[in-house]
Amino acid sequence: MSKTALKVKNLVKKYSSVVALKGISFEIKKKELFALLGPNGAGKTTTIRIIAGLTNPNSGKIYLFEKNLYNNLIWSKSQIGIVPQHINLDMELTVEENLLIHGLLYKLSLSLIKKRISELLELADLKERKNSKIKELSGGLKRRVLIIRALMHKPKLLLLDEPTVGLDPHIRRKIWSFIKNIQANGTTILLTTHYMEEAEYLADRVAFIFSGEIKAINTPKDFIKQLGNYAVDVYLSDKLKTFYFKEKEEAEKELLKYSKNHFVSLRRVTLEDAFLKYVEKNL
Amino acid sequence: MKGFFATYLREFLLLKKRFIRVLISFSINPLLYIFAFGIGLGKNITIGGKSYLEFLIPGLISATSMMQAFAINVEINIARFYLKIFEEFQSSPISNLSYALGEVLSGVTRAFLATFIILVISFLAGVKFYLNFYFFLTVFLNAFVFASLGLASAMLIKSHADQALVTNFIITPMMFLGGTFFPTENLPFFIKPVIEALPLTITSHTLRSIALYNSFKYSSLFILLVIAIISFMIALYSIKGAKN
Repeated sequence: MSKTALKVKNLVKKYSSVVALKGISFEIKKKELFALLGPNGAGKTTTIRIIAGLTNPNSGKIYLFEKNLYNNLIWSKSQIGIVPQHINLDMELTVEENLLIHGLLYKLSLSLIKKRISELLELADLKERKNSKIKELSGGLKRRVLIIRALMHKPKLLLLDEPTVGLDPHIRRKIWSFIKNIQANGTTILLTTHYMEEAEYLADRVAFIFSGEIKAINTPKDFIKQLGNYAVDVYLSDKLKTFYFKEKEEAEKELLKYSKNHFVSLRRVTLEDAFLKYVEKNL
Repeated sequence: MKGFFATYLREFLLLKKRFIRVLISFSINPLLYIFAFGIGLGKNITIGGKSYLEFLIPGLISATSMMQAFAINVEINIARFYLKIFEEFQSSPISNLSYALGEVLSGVTRAFLATFIILVISFLAGVKFYLNFYFFLTVFLNAFVFASLGLASAMLIKSHADQALVTNFIITPMMFLGGTFFPTENLPFFIKPVIEALPLTITSHTLRSIALYNSFKYSSLFILLVIAIISFMIALYSIKGAKN
């Protein structure tokens, strides 16, 4: 039995004169949380939309649990849950009605729909809001409904497209725990995000994507390791310069060197540092 | 079947939640036409031995069922461009056929609701009609045609603003020329064949024949059925094209 959940091979997508994806390839293992990290317009959402069957690629192949996604589109869609960037819930309908319609779209029986609604409302701590209209919920609660809606049919692959965009930091952390829970229950997850700390906290592996090309794939830990463990930020008059060190002592020496004339700080290296290094190289 | 039911249920729940508002908005236009044209302007007019009000109401049912069935395009547009709910349907494992059937039948439901409102108003105005199975079958086919065209137009347009153009250039002229307010026999010879071939004109003539004379031509129903099938095929084809 293969350990691969999703295999993307040489995916190309063109929008008239713009090439959104220039032949990207990656694999996601079963039960893994894989993150696509990149600036705006890098091709993250396009990748998610193609995998979800919302957009057709110009060329390339996708295999979902070893089956060709496009040759088995209806089956593939039944295995995938998607949480889009925008909240595409029916604002006039209640939480329960939104979940009911999703269950019917995924051909679940009414008794199973009832059971899943109850389980998922419990999981998302939304039991009290079952009969609330979506428009009456806060942004964070809407996001939670969006995520549990995607889980209604127990998808084997969950696509999360910027799931915490625009949320307050404390709500974002609640959603992170929720996502960790989902992964712990055996769901494979593909996540796109702008937030470096989100990818660092959640992802098993991260791919840096720039202008439709994947530049590097690694674990957050290894990306960080490549730079070192400690970073010294030096605030020069016109820019911020960061130096990276393996050992704390070396970092402290550098700190002292600049501290007389500049504002300086010492901290741990983060995934953001590794990402910014790639941005420097690629933009 | 469940996919079709999900699509239909969504539209049905929305209609149910807005029921009072919908009821009022569906009643205003027919009421205005009945009072302005039927009772006001047409008080002393007779057509084919029938009062103008009796002549007008079957035409109004055709036009209103057309408008309300076609108006599903507005709901679909909002779902597609504003709420982005169309993506939820596109990413789910349902066929385009299930999706189209659900949307079209929700348009048919709106058309029947509008039809019943006009029938109640007519009854209160003291107008009596023959109503039989074929009367409602004609309304169904007319609504099916225009709900399909509404769905197709919603899939083909690129923005919400384009939708008004389709309504202004196709639906509104059809309402005024398609045998709703006056007999098409009086139209100039060069335009008459075109107008009489329109699905709305066929519906107006058929409903009027049944309601006033309890007779109709099976061929008219057959033509409507063919147009309904063609319109539905266009709608299905348009859904494929809506993927970007």
